[in-house]
Amino acid sequence: MKTGFRTCPVTSLRVHAQADALIKANAVAATVALLIGGVAAVLVLLTRWQVVHLLGAEMFYRMLTIHGMNMLIFFILFFEMAVLYFAGPVLLNCRVPAPRVGWVAFLLMVVGTLMVEWTMWTGRADVLFTSYVPLRAHPLFYLGVIIFAVGALVAVSLFFATLLVARNERTYRGSMPLVTFGGLTAAIIAVITLSHGAAIYIPTFLWSIGVMNVDAQVYRMVWWGLGHSSQQINVAAMVSVWYLLGTLTVGAVVLNEKVSRTAFVLYILFISMASAHHLLVDPGMGSAWKVWNTSYFMYMAVLASMLHGFTVPGGIELGMRVRGYTKGMFEWLRKAPWGDPGFSSLIFSIVVFGFVGGITGVTFGTEQINIIAHNTLRIPGHFHATVVSGTAMAFMGVTYYVIPLIFRKKIAFWPLAKIQPYLFAGGMLIFSISMTFAGTFGVPRRHWDITFSGAPFQVEFSPAVDLVMGVMAMGGLIAAVGGAIYILVTVWSVFFGEPMDLGEVVYVEIGPAPGADEPAPAAVG
Amino acid sequence: MHSGIESPGGIWWKPVHKSEKIWIGLAFAWCMVLFAMMPLWHWKGGQNPSGIRHRVEPDAFLARTNEFIATYQVGEDNGYPVVEPPPGADIYLAARMWNWSPVLRLKKGAQYTLHLSSLDVNHGFSLYPLNVNIQVVPGYDYGLRVTPSEAGDFRVVCNEFCGIGHHNMVGRVIVVDDAAPVVGRAVDGNGRGGER
Repeated sequence: MKTGFRTCPVTSLRVHAQADALIKANAVAATVALLIGGVAAVLVLLTRWQVVHLLGAEMFYRMLTIHGMNMLIFFILFFEMAVLYFAGPVLLNCRVPAPRVGWVAFLLMVVGTLMVEWTMWTGRADVLFTSYVPLRAHPLFYLGVIIFAVGALVAVSLFFATLLVARNERTYRGSMPLVTFGGLTAAIIAVITLSHGAAIYIPTFLWSIGVMNVDAQVYRMVWWGLGHSSQQINVAAMVSVWYLLGTLTVGAVVLNEKVSRTAFVLYILFISMASAHHLLVDPGMGSAWKVWNTSYFMYMAVLASMLHGFTVPGGIELGMRVRGYTKGMFEWLRKAPWGDPGFSSLIFSIVVFGFVGGITGVTFGTEQINIIAHNTLRIPGHFHATVVSGTAMAFMGVTYYVIPLIFRKKIAFWPLAKIQPYLFAGGMLIFSISMTFAGTFGVPRRHWDITFSGAPFQVEFSPAVDLVMGVMAMGGLIAAVGGAIYILVTVWSVFFGEPMDLGEVVYVEIGPAPGADEPAPAAVG
Repeated sequence: MHSGIESPGGIWWKPVHKSEKIWIGLAFAWCMVLFAMMPLWHWKGGQNPSGIRHRVEPDAFLARTNEFIATYQVGEDNGYPVVEPPPGADIYLAARMWNWSPVLRLKKGAQYTLHLSSLDVNHGFSLYPLNVNIQVVPGYDYGLRVTPSEAGDFRVVCNEFCGIGHHNMVGRVIVVDDAAPVVGRAVDGNGRGGER
């Protein structure tokens, strides 16, 4: 196993050989999952667009299951593991302690993924992403999720271990950088999330082999501790990537560490309560429970997002002003590098996540709006603005820096890469808004045929629905083109790309970092 | 000044700039307004998903539904019993793969207690075209106090995935106005081609 460090000639960060290798492995696995989920996405889209209505019913629900699992679990979590190996060892100038543990974690995640993929593709798990009990899948589906979650938990533990090792070996001065702090936030939320996953999928696995019973309402409550909280790992990781991309693209600065870090702590404390949004029209819970939980403890997690929504763009503005773009109110924005896909991704991610995803999400958290939105297309309209236009867009943006800095390859097809964020974010925006409109007419989500041609009673949606669904399909297809370009550019750059002209890469064993002989700082962070 | 990937040196717990303070104040105040609105709407609003909640075994719920149908059945529609309960009655709508039973015939302005439950997996009660959505969970009886406020021919679309026949799961609710009886096909028991 290769050890030692190289010094990045661009950022002058010291990068451990195993950090390089683990970031690469996890990023590649994430991209494969994105490709599978993306193909399924197009098939699902072309079926819901009633004009085409591509797939049969059984295949539609199967592809919807495959789309959900690959995008929301495999793509996102593999990528987040790569983010953690960057935020930990790389940003802290530290080695990966016990790299073998990192590889075991990766292997477990791959094995879990393969088990789930096998059950889904062979039609043994047509239960959709939520797999609500008592809808039954093959036991290996549940076992695969458990093994994947265990792998992710091991990788997260390794991140915590890295923080301790970096501190003991004094590889950095003072407190950990803000991006690492955001990574730590995501890691803590990941522990909460994956514990919920274990708490519900272990009993469900036992139920699937006939050993015990699982209550349908308890399943929904605990499962959403996984299903929604996993999207909160995304939020924390995405905000962390925002700070990272701001720095990499325009040299953004941190306005105030206290504000940004407090906002991350608010996420840890309160954002997991958002899971309760899914249970607002459920029979199992009372009103007081619903009101308290869905307000995220008096909207304190919303406050956190509002703070980041100020400090991230504020840090970009100040960074640009410091570099001389001081004319008028908006020179810093006009002269920003809009042709850099990393920067345009960052801005689209902030704007669409905040104004479309965030606002729709918070409003669904009230009983009276939830009752007209629950399980309609408004819900996927919301989360395609958060997870896709927000998280996935930010992750795509940071890839344009991971490829030159970690894979040390030039970005292939640069002109295509430049327009990729515009296509992806623009298409997704049209897609999300159209879905939201369709949902206000009561169009259900997860539905093969909204003409209800085989139903005993006729249902006819307003003709406006046909129009909106057509616009939705256009938006989705534009976004799919953007997604395809992303995969083409990244895969081509990594496997067939031109190496960066940065001199030969040498990993050398080096001693403690400068400053290691100084006393440990008192501040913890 | 430093970036997000650099360690802040020394003490970073520093005073907040005035512009940031203003923003935090505004955001915090807005969060409090949002929070106050939640219980306020619950008390003042007319449409809450809260109801009477009980555990119920699917068999027991089926028995209650069958008894309800036997007591108040007035006809048949597409093979489904049509039931017309008196105002104030407890009414039952059972969800199962892949139908809603029975067809309900209600009076405008009368209050009923609507009991929803599933006999097998999760289903979604979505009243079309009003767009009212309730989760239907096996093992739980969700009793909702409902007062139909307009006459018409409504559909109950299942909006929770419940297996391969999910998209065909459509039920029917008819609301009649005694003061001005609805004429025509909307109440004649023929669901297909009904007015809406």
